[in-house]
Amino acid sequence: MNANIKAISYYLPEKILSNDDLSEEFPEWSVEKITSKTGIKKRHIADKTETSLDLGIKSANKLLRENNIEPTSIDYIIFCTQSPDYYLPTSACIIQNELGLTTSCGAIDFNLGCSGYIYGLSLSKALIESGQAENVLLITAETYSKFLHREDKSNRSIFGDGATSTLLSKCETGSILDFVLGTDGSGKDNLIVKNGALRNKRENNDDINSGDYLYMSGSEIFVFTLKMVPMVVAGLLKKNKMQMEDIDLVIFHQANKYMLETLRKKINIPESKFYYFLEEVGNTVSSTIPIALSNAIKSKRVCKGNKIMLVGFGVGYSWGGTIIEI
Amino acid sequence: MELNEFIKNFADAIDGVDLASLSPNTNYKNDIEEWDSLAVMTVLAMIDSEYKIVISGEDVENCNTISELFELVKNRQ
Repeated sequence: MNANIKAISYYLPEKILSNDDLSEEFPEWSVEKITSKTGIKKRHIADKTETSLDLGIKSANKLLRENNIEPTSIDYIIFCTQSPDYYLPTSACIIQNELGLTTSCGAIDFNLGCSGYIYGLSLSKALIESGQAENVLLITAETYSKFLHREDKSNRSIFGDGATSTLLSKCETGSILDFVLGTDGSGKDNLIVKNGALRNKRENNDDINSGDYLYMSGSEIFVFTLKMVPMVVAGLLKKNKMQMEDIDLVIFHQANKYMLETLRKKINIPESKFYYFLEEVGNTVSSTIPIALSNAIKSKRVCKGNKIMLVGFGVGYSWGGTIIEI
Repeated sequence: MELNEFIKNFADAIDGVDLASLSPNTNYKNDIEEWDSLAVMTVLAMIDSEYKIVISGEDVENCNTISELFELVKNRQ
């Protein structure tokens, strides 16, 4: 029996930032322009007191409720975020307590962005198939909105907040196949919040260029994906001894529509196999893949036995991909 | 690799730009009204798909005219 995804749920904060809202704040940035450039119509934004932990717990409660999962059956929690509540203690430890899980759970946090879900699947599969865990709760939760300067119209148009929870266990049918993972730290400065942790103190500077806020070089990230993603896709097919014809659906990290369309065309993935889900939620970082996957399953775009290729790439630089059979 | 074809590909890549308004000496960052961060990406994508090389955003930033960019791409091929 192999490790597989049993259920996915997600939670999006209530407050919405629409293209109309953005256009009102930035009159030269029309609704039409935003939609056509990004493929995004709205994003959900955590309010002042709502943190990644809050969103993560809400998504986990939703998962447990919607799938009648007994909390005491979970024996491992993995929490992925880059916007944690605290340096310490570990958010996953707090989640154990908040969800009423047993104290014999393992619990860890890890810090990745766009590639986070793939790494989470990789770790979960390893834990289950090595016999160390039976039911893994993998949570991705992100509040990049809290890192953005109010005048940063580009990034505010792209990023949305949200959290997902996935239950992974040994399953009689379906499996998570082989992974391709990669890292290139030379890209560190192209998506970064420079200040506020322990390398550089916050400047408390209201300047949009201050290192207190998230900086992203869209073009450098784009160049990185153009070079790397085709190789990851080719590597995944080779490693899993498959052709693109064997894949039923491809879900990339939902960064922005233009980048994804360019990649789709470069790699020759037919439109009918390429999944988009970002219009209503934006780029929710490590949550984009599980949100899209959950919707693909719920809307019956995919069914049992289908093979789905998942590829995440971005901040770090970090990337990863896998093929799952649901 | 031909300069006139490059200029045509350049015009096609950017939404709303008329081929007739471009010349080898056009300073794309200053002279093109539609030039923005998406334009940089569409030009990078065009160069990748037509000329099979990936140049960087910095390369596009460091060149000034279309003919300079053309020379850079030609030398990298």
